Amino acid sequence: MEPTTNTKDRIVWHLACSVEDIPEDGGGCALIEGKQIAIFNFARRGEWYATDNECPHRQQMAIGRGMIGSQGEEPKVACPFHKKTFSLKNGQCLNDDDYKINTFPILIKENQVYIGL
Amino acid sequence: MKANTNTHIIVIGNGMVGYKFCEKLLARKKNDQEFTLTVFGEEPRVAYDRVHLSEYFAGKTADDLTMASVDWYAENGIRLFLSDPVVDIDREEKLVRSHHGHVVHYDYLVMVTGSGAFVPSIPGVEKDGVFVYRTIEDLELIQAYAKKAKRGAVLGGGLLGLEAAKALLDLGLEEAHVVEFASRLMPRQIDDAGSKILQSQLESLGLNIHLAKSTQEIVGGDFIKGMQFADNSFLDVDMLVISAGIRPRDELAKIAGLDTHPRGGIVVDNGLRTSDPYIFAIGECALAHHMIYGLIAPGYEMADVVAGALTGTEKEFLPYDMSTKLKLIGTDVASFGDPFVEEPACKTIRYENKAKGIYKRINVSPDGKELLGGILVGDAEQYNMLLQTCKNKTILPPDSEDLILGSRGGEDAGAGVMSLPDDALICSCEAVTKGMLCHEIGENGHATIDALKKCCKAGTGCGGCIPMVKDIIQGVMKQNGQYVRNVVCEHFDHSRQELLDLVKMNGLRTYGEVLNEFGHGDGCEVCKPVVASLLASLWNENVLTKDRAPIQDSNDRYLANIQKGGTYSVVPRIPGGEITPDKLIVIGQVAKKYGLYTKITGGQRIDLFGAHVNDLPLIWEELIDAGFESGHAYGKALRTVKSCVGSTWCRFGVQDSVSFAIEVEERYKGIRAPHKFKSAVSGCIRECAEAQSKDFGIIATEKGWNLYVCGNGGSKPQHAQLIASDVDKETCIKLIDRFLMFYIKTADPLTRTATWLNKMEGGISYLKAVVVDDLLGLAAEFENEMQSLINNYKCEWKEVVDNPELRKHYNHFVNVPDKDPTVAFEELRTQKRAREWA
Repeated sequence: MEPTTNTKDRIVWHLACSVEDIPEDGGGCALIEGKQIAIFNFARRGEWYATDNECPHRQQMAIGRGMIGSQGEEPKVACPFHKKTFSLKNGQCLNDDDYKINTFPILIKENQVYIGL
Repeated sequence: MKANTNTHIIVIGNGMVGYKFCEKLLARKKNDQEFTLTVFGEEPRVAYDRVHLSEYFAGKTADDLTMASVDWYAENGIRLFLSDPVVDIDREEKLVRSHHGHVVHYDYLVMVTGSGAFVPSIPGVEKDGVFVYRTIEDLELIQAYAKKAKRGAVLGGGLLGLEAAKALLDLGLEEAHVVEFASRLMPRQIDDAGSKILQSQLESLGLNIHLAKSTQEIVGGDFIKGMQFADNSFLDVDMLVISAGIRPRDELAKIAGLDTHPRGGIVVDNGLRTSDPYIFAIGECALAHHMIYGLIAPGYEMADVVAGALTGTEKEFLPYDMSTKLKLIGTDVASFGDPFVEEPACKTIRYENKAKGIYKRINVSPDGKELLGGILVGDAEQYNMLLQTCKNKTILPPDSEDLILGSRGGEDAGAGVMSLPDDALICSCEAVTKGMLCHEIGENGHATIDALKKCCKAGTGCGGCIPMVKDIIQGVMKQNGQYVRNVVCEHFDHSRQELLDLVKMNGLRTYGEVLNEFGHGDGCEVCKPVVASLLASLWNENVLTKDRAPIQDSNDRYLANIQKGGTYSVVPRIPGGEITPDKLIVIGQVAKKYGLYTKITGGQRIDLFGAHVNDLPLIWEELIDAGFESGHAYGKALRTVKSCVGSTWCRFGVQDSVSFAIEVEERYKGIRAPHKFKSAVSGCIRECAEAQSKDFGIIATEKGWNLYVCGNGGSKPQHAQLIASDVDKETCIKLIDRFLMFYIKTADPLTRTATWLNKMEGGISYLKAVVVDDLLGLAAEFENEMQSLINNYKCEWKEVVDNPELRKHYNHFVNVPDKDPTVAFEELRTQKRAREWA
């Protein structure tokens, strides 16, 4: 997977969890370098995504508990608190232009999930 | 009509037709015309909707029934005298004199004196407890008397008589009888076979029907005690409502020397003029084409003819179609065209289904090309189409039985009505044609019933055309490509109800299957919880197993309520609000151990706040060990059944409300629905449990239980409405089973029962017909489905606690056992609260 914010040579891959730790078509949260990262196993599309776990709307650590889905072709996640939805591809909030979350590169290797910071 | 002069018009009578005449005259008035309009009314009230009079007993007020307020008359410069009947007409001087002594000059006089109840001269009709059914005052008297009466009868099995009998049932009389002189019910509208079906329907609802009974005497002292019939039988009743037909009010016309008919009615010509060319008569006092038109639609047409004559548009009043459709205590009855024509003047096709209480008859011309008339009992869905086919002399298809058996080819709804010609009269009360409706919908964008009522008054009279108007709206929008369906979201082109049926028929149990079969795309936060809810409502399997955990909404996902800061609250079930000291102690111990804020909820249970997601299974393990179960405070499911203490302790209680509340809560716990639902049981009429604010509420009576449904607290409070009185527990439970399943199967997502009812066509009468009278024939299915949900119930928290796979997800992090380090609390009155969000 291509990194979005960092340049390739500076990515450090961190082991987050096993594939089985994240439910299919669901999400979870990993603690990496003191940071809460939401991880999504979009099994229906055969894709994995990683974003901030914190929702910028009310600073709640909950994105990893949100429901995922699609809006048109865009994969998205909805915060369980007030249903702000964010693009899993670029982190842009889809129903409120004021908000955006960070997305992170993610790598699946030998049944392990790695996050690039 | 001469221009530039002020014409004085006096209207005698302020009923529906009298009011409609004023309205039509104002509408037809041309700019160079001037009228001085004076109205005399006998009743103390301004004109009200007499057609829907019986709704007065169902909770409508006199104000609700008013056609137009007193202000309307003032604003339009109409002088209105109420409680002031005209007592004399001086035709020489063109003056009328009223009861209160007002003498007013007229150029033209319109008599709309209406009709009174016909009271046959039976000995004893003067006794107390004998009423007529005609005005709001009559209804008030009946209502007051019914409080102390037990057995009531209605004399007359016609349309109004059966309405009156329904009113007696609604007023809570133990027995209600209908006594009819003829050998069938509604003799003017339906035939013997139709009457038999109607009779069995009415009898199954508790009415007692006596046909071919000639009443000889009304027996009793000052008060009625019973009815003596010519065949020596006797009926023991303590009140009687006479509804034996109408008598035109022609006494004033007689005094004034106008021509009247020996059997009643002011004789008018085709222009509705009486024997005095300056005096018109319209409505039920007028005898036109040798008959009295006792329906509202021809009355309105008469008003229009006279308003036209006075403003310079002469037209004739033609013999009027007397087709009718009405709903009697949940049973449709309709007749149209010539219902009684016999062979060889026609070919008659009959369909009868005794089990379902349906009878249909159509009379087709001998050459099979034209529909002459017919009768529908039990199912009048095709009435509007048949009526239009009959009126417009539409050429019939070769298999004319399709008309009543339904098109068995699966044609689109609405296609039928769109094939009608543009001049087909849809709303006969207001003379609105299909062409006018199509224009308003298509060109002017009035695409709702409310908008159409406003712009062309369609559907404002008897309301019978509304289903057809709806079909026309759909038809026009479909033609214009504007057809908007009530779909779940972009991923499913189905409504919730359709989706539920599809999922059920195909036996699907996971979200993935449902999306693959009936949806497209990858789903979203709207359709996932909808599908989750209907899977739970259909099969009642654990919501977190199979692929169902990630499709649950925020609270269902962790079987707890997410709160500010990301912690959860926990609510154990406390059925009926009854709890032992030992269990109270356990709740206290658990709260202390896990540092939880505790609060008593509005639903008589205890909420424990501030639990980390990691602690939820541990907390529940302890609660379950102590005998608690999930309270489903997180689910769109039954919350609580609140109770007052009832007859076990309360000195006023008449029934054991706590035991019943516990029974009800145990029965419906865990049942998931389109939205949360609540209940309460009160032990007496004081209603301390506030049952009338609940989705279903039960109130004890001396004889049993009253059941109320579709109440709501919250932002738009609404009182629940009574659907059954004095029923025993078993019946009450059956009715709740049916009510809940009907709600679960038909409501839109996240729609509480109150909103569901408000949107329901036919409102509470329809709901009652479905739930109590089994109008749809689905009661047994509803009860079975509810029973199977109940049989499948398991405490879902116990399943999570016992299942390591499910427990695994109760960690904030997937890679470390830590709790969320960002969670923080503030202190509050020796407990804690969530930190305020930024």
